[in-house]
Amino acid sequence: MHWEYLLNNYEEAVAMILFGIGFSNLLLQKNLIKKIIGLNIMDTAVYLFLALKGYISGRKAPVVVDGVTRAEAYINPIPSGLVLTGIVVSVSVTALMLSLTIRLYRRYHTLDLDEITTRLKREGK
Amino acid sequence: MAFVQNFPFMSILLSLFSGPLCSVLDGKWARRVNTAVIAVIGIMSAFVLKHVSAGQPYVYRMGHFSAPWGNEIRVGTLEAFMACFFCAVMLLCMLGGIRERAAQIEEGKQNLYYVMVNLLLCSLLALIYTNDLFTAYVFVEINTISACGLIMIRQTGRTFEAATRYMIMSLLGSGLLLLGICHLYAVTGHLLMSNIKEQVQVITATGRYHISLMVALGLMSVGLAIKSALYPFHAWLPDAYGYSTLSSSAILSSLVSKGYIFLLIKIFYRVVGIQAVRESKVVNVLFVFGIAGMIMGSLSAIKEENLKRMIAYSSVAQIGYIYMGLGLATDAGAIASLYHVLSHAATKSLLFVAAAGLAQASGGSDRYGDITGAGFRNRLAGVAFTVGSLSMVGMPVFSGFISKLLFARAAVGHAHKMLPTVIALAVSTILNAVYFMKTVIRIYTIRPVEPGREGENPGSGGTGRQSRGGIGAVSAIEVAEAEILPKETGRTVRLLEEPAKAAALVCFILLNLILGLNSDPIVRLIQGGIEMFE
Repeated sequence: MHWEYLLNNYEEAVAMILFGIGFSNLLLQKNLIKKIIGLNIMDTAVYLFLALKGYISGRKAPVVVDGVTRAEAYINPIPSGLVLTGIVVSVSVTALMLSLTIRLYRRYHTLDLDEITTRLKREGK
Repeated sequence: MAFVQNFPFMSILLSLFSGPLCSVLDGKWARRVNTAVIAVIGIMSAFVLKHVSAGQPYVYRMGHFSAPWGNEIRVGTLEAFMACFFCAVMLLCMLGGIRERAAQIEEGKQNLYYVMVNLLLCSLLALIYTNDLFTAYVFVEINTISACGLIMIRQTGRTFEAATRYMIMSLLGSGLLLLGICHLYAVTGHLLMSNIKEQVQVITATGRYHISLMVALGLMSVGLAIKSALYPFHAWLPDAYGYSTLSSSAILSSLVSKGYIFLLIKIFYRVVGIQAVRESKVVNVLFVFGIAGMIMGSLSAIKEENLKRMIAYSSVAQIGYIYMGLGLATDAGAIASLYHVLSHAATKSLLFVAAAGLAQASGGSDRYGDITGAGFRNRLAGVAFTVGSLSMVGMPVFSGFISKLLFARAAVGHAHKMLPTVIALAVSTILNAVYFMKTVIRIYTIRPVEPGREGENPGSGGTGRQSRGGIGAVSAIEVAEAEILPKETGRTVRLLEEPAKAAALVCFILLNLILGLNSDPIVRLIQGGIEMFE
């Protein structure tokens, strides 16, 4: 094992661990709200990873101030753009999931997806 | 630049903007706009296909920013053909489900359905044409959201539950896909497919970042496999296909999952490079799960009591076929997979529409008990269902036979995977035959008519019994089962009662026959398209 890789890139490691936490929550939690929280953790972990990939230490955010136009003065702006796009996607998906949850809760008065499934099976429809 | 070269971009924009347009129209006009848009895009794609098959594939720069910075569309013969084919299938699916949509979608919300369909078409076209990985990710999400809308537009508890499960699995898949794309971007520094491929070749030559590359490839493959319902991730599929409205089931099974598969093939050929994919172990995983899906999907289908859910489980098996072909990681395997994408799209939507026709003749129920003899009550749907079943089983003349032949041929040349592939093909064909032929026999079994009701059902009774007595005798057990069943719920459906559905069924049958009888040019076209990928 090369532990020094892990120590040098601990930010990326944190992002991956967060991704794992979010992923397993989205997959394994029974409660729909907790699932959505898992989804958000997972997406945010990816944005953290992307933001890290764009960061170059010692440079500024890619907003031109004081007339400095040299590319060397700023960090890579593309990952920031990707993060913004990703956030938009994540917001819309979260909104859709929440609205679905509200629909299900109004109908079955529970947030437990497995219980909803068993109830549907019992109804036999 | 020829004017035709603008068509792919224009078709994406057209479907994108017709979505919001439909949201302000009423249901009837939204339907007309939707039909017109799909037809126009199909025709435009046909022109593009004619243009590229004469010359070279071309790259269309969005906003005229050149390569490493701008966003691009890339058009080859395969892309144009897929777009054309998807439009044709989608048009027929929409045509076949008009009555079900009118009955099952809440009044006043009809137009929203067409918003979803237009956005779905837009995302499919973008997935087919795009040359940029991050754009592909965004359109994958649009595809998921609109597909979720298609499932839940029929508002019952079942569809909400199915839509939720579908969303959860899809989001897991797209999370993995996004992470894979990020890894690839971190290693190569590009988002355009052709640039990434150049960098990947440089990296593999130096031997650096091998693990990162494999992780990225694995994440993207598994993500897209989850989204297209490869075997262990298929739990959402039967509910989503089985309880949504007819057009939704047909479109979801024949097009939505195929968009992801096409993207995966593009990633294999145009991003990572098939050589690196072949050397990685990822394809073996896809191969194993593909074979598992072929067997397990068919076993679940045999146990299923509901016609629509049975067809849905059969989709799991067919997706397994496609991944098995990809798992071979040869050009022949990819060609077979792509051919099966076409053949499955044409056949599965035919089966869904025919099943709805059979249910219509059986009092709206699609349980096995109720569809007994439905093939006599709705003759066209019966014939169409038989054609679809024979095609799925792999009878010559129909399209399913050609794809099985291609799979077997692709396997024969392969050193390690020949035996498992051929055995899986044989076993899966037998299992397919079990559940499809069981259904075909059932819809052509005469249900015994009660004495007092003899005169009421001329279509299902007397004449059929004498002429088809042989079939009835073969499945004596099923006749005995039928006697236990409750009273006759069926009615005879005349041929032209619903002309749109009849037209859709006839077109689907023709499409199937074209794919089955005229396969050589199509296989050559796919082959040429794959060579253009390089």
